[in-house]
Amino acid sequence: MTDAEELLVRTRKLLDEHPPATTDRTDFLRARFDAGLAWVHYPVGLGGLDAPRALQAVVDAELAAAGAPDNDPRKIGIGLGMAAPTVLAHGTDEVKRRFLRPLWVGEEVWCQLFSEPGAGSDLAALATRAVRDGEDWVVDGQKVWTSSAHTARWAILIARTDPDAPKHRGITYFVCDMTDPGVEVRPLRQITGEAEFNEVFLTGVRIPDAHRLGEIGDGWRVAQTTLMNERVSIGGARIPREGGMIGKVATTWRERPELRTHDLHRRLLDHWVDAEVARLAGERLRQQLVAGRPGPEGSAMKLAFARLNQAISGLEVELLGDEGLLYGEWEMRRPELVDFTGRDAGYRYLRSKGNSIEGGTSEVLLNIVAERVLGLPPEPRNDKDVAWKDLAR
Amino acid sequence: MTETTETAEPSLDLLYSETEDDLRAAVRALLTDRAGHQDLLGRIETDSPYVPGLWKSLAGDIGVAGLLVPEKLGGQGASHREAAVVLEELGRAVTPLPYLTSAVVATETLLALAGESDAAAGLLAELAGGRTVAVLAVPLSTAPEAELPLGESVAAVADATAADVFLVLRADGLYAVPADEATVEPQTPLDLTRPLAAVTTGAGSGARLAGPDAARAAVRRGLLAGAGLLASEQLGLAEWCLEETVRYTRERHQFNRPVGSFQALKHRMAQLWLDLVGARAAARAAADALATGSADAPLIVAVAQAHCSKVAVRAAEECVQLHGGIGMTWEHPAHLALKRAKSDQIALGSTGRHQDAIAALVDLPAPA
Repeated sequence: MTDAEELLVRTRKLLDEHPPATTDRTDFLRARFDAGLAWVHYPVGLGGLDAPRALQAVVDAELAAAGAPDNDPRKIGIGLGMAAPTVLAHGTDEVKRRFLRPLWVGEEVWCQLFSEPGAGSDLAALATRAVRDGEDWVVDGQKVWTSSAHTARWAILIARTDPDAPKHRGITYFVCDMTDPGVEVRPLRQITGEAEFNEVFLTGVRIPDAHRLGEIGDGWRVAQTTLMNERVSIGGARIPREGGMIGKVATTWRERPELRTHDLHRRLLDHWVDAEVARLAGERLRQQLVAGRPGPEGSAMKLAFARLNQAISGLEVELLGDEGLLYGEWEMRRPELVDFTGRDAGYRYLRSKGNSIEGGTSEVLLNIVAERVLGLPPEPRNDKDVAWKDLAR
Repeated sequence: MTETTETAEPSLDLLYSETEDDLRAAVRALLTDRAGHQDLLGRIETDSPYVPGLWKSLAGDIGVAGLLVPEKLGGQGASHREAAVVLEELGRAVTPLPYLTSAVVATETLLALAGESDAAAGLLAELAGGRTVAVLAVPLSTAPEAELPLGESVAAVADATAADVFLVLRADGLYAVPADEATVEPQTPLDLTRPLAAVTTGAGSGARLAGPDAARAAVRRGLLAGAGLLASEQLGLAEWCLEETVRYTRERHQFNRPVGSFQALKHRMAQLWLDLVGARAAARAAADALATGSADAPLIVAVAQAHCSKVAVRAAEECVQLHGGIGMTWEHPAHLALKRAKSDQIALGSTGRHQDAIAALVDLPAPA
């Protein structure tokens, strides 16, 4: 067990030995990883010190105060939030040592090859095949909605390895090399005009069996680690009042009195209250995590965030009147990261439509809340015990 | 003028302490034993919905009446955080008790005056011990920042029929008027568990506790605490409505399935749970801001009221609807919750009034 005092000592030692002002950014981040100060709750030797997760804040604050570089978590969010916990939980020692350090440092970007054109919310219906060939697996299929695929070095991938088993039981989880010649990444232009996502075509991609995470046929369970972490990763940071989308429209309201109407005022105040309540709920969730009493509120945060972003950004376009009729630019770009509150009001309005779809649709999350939190009876299922190959598609 | 939003908000403790959990357990056990919904259904149309002896047990034995009052003034020396937990339980059970009116609004009003006025301090000690019930003679709908009513006759005063003393605001200050010197005419309330009455007091009656300025400040403080802690009552009520609806829809079968397995219903209950997550955070924030005397309290209280009022009404309305015909019957307690929730929405300021307060506090002005 490592306490806050000891973490501070280690952090200061790191800063002494690698002064941020004179140390190369990547070198500093590697040294931080090796000192166990990357994610302190990870095991010794894998970027951590087996310390309580809550103590990461102590390290982060000390490093931020010293002007140390960070690993740009917004750009490598999929690696940090989803790939890393899965590799840690299900990888061999060799796999953990190979992947975690460059992942955390940001030298290697990760993406996630889960969703398919025919399997979105019904993720377990996926059709991408992986067939064993000696020490390798050969993968063929198509994935979609892949953020960062054009910058990624590695991908977490789920593929069907046993079509005769029911759909949840015939899936296996792999780490896929995005530089393999069989991998083709095509931009997928979206509603905003830009291409933040990609389609990924996999043709005869060879993955060594050593890059399998978990047992053959156990990929669905392994994927649960990834998906749980995807939802938990929201809500960790403290957000200031008016921190998100509401801040944008509140600023416009204050600066542009000529746009104000009574109807918009009432709706703005409704949203302001909802945003403040969502912020307080996020703060309460954070306090529960710090106190070691995590609740099921994480899924609530994503649902609330989606609904709020859509309502507020819609109001903002309306508030702008004639300006709301215009749009910044439609030219296709491939941004390196997602910025929900960036660009103009029209962009914010259109981009927010994805908030209730990406990372689990609001409808699926409401089902999860109803069944797992409230204990309501599940929907009747007629696909559970049927071989995947016999399901209607 | 954007500095209001730039100000760093103080850190709020939004969790429940062990002491608060223990207090909740004690209050819930007592209410379950003595003031269940079936007991209430039998009492609400009698002259007094109050369960005999319940106030004495809760205020005297558990000591909840004096939670806000420092020990040196005869109270428990706890805070708004603990009082909020009591109100969550009173909301869950829709209990008719003069807790919000006497132990919160009147008590907080007197706390503002206790340093200057021996009479106020003396009355406060009686309230803290649960021996006396005092009620501020203003309409239940009065918002913390509203124009305060003056006058000899005030309608829609909550719990007036249970009061021993009225705190009466007149042009020249605040007066304590014994109930036997006042005329109390019961009115028929929408919420059968919170009796209302018109209270008339003679111009010269009672003992003066404070001059006009101190009186107004004290009354506003009382109303602010009342509005902030009402959010916890609304939270408790909404929580009961959701739990009861989940329980019922899991058991009730139609079309050869539990009705709670239909997605349309599941999503409505999940959405309600989502609203409750927010309501709990907002109600806790209000209680903590009041307990620490935070400068942010007026804003947090207004936010909590604007949100929790809506959540409680929606939860009660969903409870009635998702119970089907059963929810419309007098025998089922859903209507007790609905009537309390709708009345609470107006109590201590409507949603719109709280939103107006927010608009002023965070500089989001209405059109010119």
